[in-house]
Amino acid sequence: MSAQRMLMKGSEAIAEAAIRAGCRCFFGYPITPQNEIPEYMSKRLPKIGGVFVQAESEVSAVNMIYGAGGAGVRVMTSSSSPGVSLMAEGFSYLVGAEVPVVIVNIVRGGPGLGGIGPSQGDYFMMTRGFGHGDQRAVVLAPSTLQEAVDLMGLAFDLADKYRSPTLLVGDGLIGQMMEPVTFPEARLDLPEKPWATTGKPKTRERNVINSLDLAPEDLEARVERLFAKYARIEADEPRCERFMLDDNPPLCLCAYGTMARIAKSAVQRLRAEGVSVGLLRPITLWPFPASAIAQQAESARQFICVELSRGQMVEDARRAVEGRRPVDFWGRAGGVVPSVEEIVAEVRRLIRDR
Amino acid sequence: MKETSVVMAGFGGQGVMSIGKILAKAAIHEGKEVTWLPSYGPEMRGGTANCTVVIADGPIGSPLVKFPDMAIVMNKQSIDKFEPELRPGGLIVVNASLIDRALARRDLVAVHVAANALAEEAGAPRSANIAILGAFMARAGDLVSIAAVEHALAETFAGKPPSLLEQNLAIFRAGLCAGAPA
Amino acid sequence: MSEQIEERAVFERTRVLTAKHTHYCPGCTHGIAHRLVAEVIDELDIQEKTIGVCPVGCAVLAYEYFDLDMQEAAHGRAPAVATGIRRVLPPDRYVFTYQGDGDLASIGMAEIVHAANRGEKITVIFINNGIYGMTGGQMAPTTLPGVKTTTSPYGRAPEECGHPIRVSELLNTLVAPRFIARGALSNPREIARAKKLIRQAFELQHTGFTFVELLSTCPTGWGLPPEKAMRWLEHNMMPFFRTGVLRAPDAMPESATPYAPDLSNDGGAAKNGAAT
Repeated sequence: MSAQRMLMKGSEAIAEAAIRAGCRCFFGYPITPQNEIPEYMSKRLPKIGGVFVQAESEVSAVNMIYGAGGAGVRVMTSSSSPGVSLMAEGFSYLVGAEVPVVIVNIVRGGPGLGGIGPSQGDYFMMTRGFGHGDQRAVVLAPSTLQEAVDLMGLAFDLADKYRSPTLLVGDGLIGQMMEPVTFPEARLDLPEKPWATTGKPKTRERNVINSLDLAPEDLEARVERLFAKYARIEADEPRCERFMLDDNPPLCLCAYGTMARIAKSAVQRLRAEGVSVGLLRPITLWPFPASAIAQQAESARQFICVELSRGQMVEDARRAVEGRRPVDFWGRAGGVVPSVEEIVAEVRRLIRDR
Repeated sequence: MKETSVVMAGFGGQGVMSIGKILAKAAIHEGKEVTWLPSYGPEMRGGTANCTVVIADGPIGSPLVKFPDMAIVMNKQSIDKFEPELRPGGLIVVNASLIDRALARRDLVAVHVAANALAEEAGAPRSANIAILGAFMARAGDLVSIAAVEHALAETFAGKPPSLLEQNLAIFRAGLCAGAPA
Repeated sequence: MSEQIEERAVFERTRVLTAKHTHYCPGCTHGIAHRLVAEVIDELDIQEKTIGVCPVGCAVLAYEYFDLDMQEAAHGRAPAVATGIRRVLPPDRYVFTYQGDGDLASIGMAEIVHAANRGEKITVIFINNGIYGMTGGQMAPTTLPGVKTTTSPYGRAPEECGHPIRVSELLNTLVAPRFIARGALSNPREIARAKKLIRQAFELQHTGFTFVELLSTCPTGWGLPPEKAMRWLEHNMMPFFRTGVLRAPDAMPESATPYAPDLSNDGGAAKNGAAT
């Protein structure tokens, strides 16, 4: 059963992968294009002794997972961009109080009510602007459904390992498409959480889930502790895929998620047409695989970031390259997904322009 | 690497999403890579629906295709939308029961099949999608094997009365005959 | 030579409270409310099974005072946090929130109404003192008409700000809650009554949503000495916010009657072609 390749919709594969990872609790609010996640959970969880609650808003949903995560269980919510904006407050509390949860954002076009087409316009929000305060959290960005399945398991593990909320970012295509996937065996060996608020037995001090430190020195100590954790994450957790880069081509594309799939096809086509090019695909948007890009800058003479936005990840790429090479950008916004042909043409133009 | 894209379009309720899934399951059965992508959002509430299936023998890039290789069109709106987008030399399978016009383009391989009539003759008017899938398979070359599609059909109707599968297999084969080159 | 004096404790700190000195202003009734909740938890012997959720407001540090596992919620979100805790812990646990009027009746109105409406098996302790204490005495959703606050310097004008919200009555329109009551912390008799209400709420918690509103004073925010604040509460708040049990298992209002439509009867809709 577990080794079988099954045809599954992205949203449902993400939900099932969470269940395999030991998540038995889901709190969420409907929003397109990710409704199949709560729908799947509402069907499955009651049958396996789990909990599904349709919250009154995303604001409540994120606070429900705060309560449940603080009580020590694996728990998740999912939403799409406008709904995720509403979770920013709760996310900051999750970071501050160090509550491990997983939040899935199936990104749609913005700003405002925007549209429902696939987008990567939430890169800034996910990697640096998701709520107030000095904070970071791991952001995983799958580009295939199999990778989404694998990264959901990783998301729960990293959340517990670092006692931190973890984000998984897809887009409308990842959420809506079907692909064959293979699920891992269900996880049974979940980590102990002695810090959880489960009721205080006489044998231990009370546990408090909290992010309030009124004394500046205390809060600074908390922030320092968090940043020591972030430093460990930045050292150990950056992940990326290097595609056709082994021969150190002079041109390196950079793309993640759905855009990386299309960019891969563009790389293959350009190679067939004699253009020496490869692709570096960040799998973790934070920690950003900066050293992999810096290393590529030893040989690549030009970088081109392609995104489903008007240029967000490109800022991280430029920072990684530190001015040693030009980092150009091309992208579409609003839910428009470019064709392979379009990327090929734009890459040729950007090569010419340099 | 060979990569082929097929778009299936029709009214909501004509079962275009289902035949897309059957094709995708057939591809999995043959160990191929496949993506299935629906149109989604308000447009799926009534009106026309479509899905795109990409089948390849290696990792697939974009599941969203601007210029598909093949199309199955079940109603008038669908032929109007997708005929202009097909690649030159592409295959278009037209539901002649609901589309009475000829193709505007001359650089496509066209197959006209009265899918609704075929399904009605077999006593299952709702299975016009299976009939047109049969006609499509008659011309789809080595995309996936007919046996794999029949296997996927069996998988799809698993758990339902066996007679239902028998009936749909018959309709599928009737479509195959109707779509075969004269 | 020394005389033996027999020591006998006549009043002790409840063991469910920590030894920490509270930060509350002199005369504030938060201390009384904390103690009542702690005494009830002690008397029911459920300290090891109880998880509390703190608000944002004056009681933001309540986790320092209750010797319990506690979670600190974002402003107004305590009922959502409590929902998360309640739904994942074993059913023998007790979960309560402790919230003020700005937290519960303004920014957190959606969370409290929906937690009540879902019938979450929690107890909500609602401190109503008609003012934002922590932020410096601004107008609350429960501020009485005409009352001057730092954001209603000419007195609350109902034609602009609306009238104070009676949360207990509002929640009493819902089907699910099992217990809704309002007490006052203005004199020993009312305090004793309030404790009974809190105890009833905890005892009924495992049957459904339970809610106790406690009319409270804010001497600092009101600009009154503690004793006068108590009298002000009795004379001005109690006529509008009537104390008593609004709902209990043996006294359910008509609004608590469940509605279970006979869905097999479509009223002829199918015949008319309506969608199901």
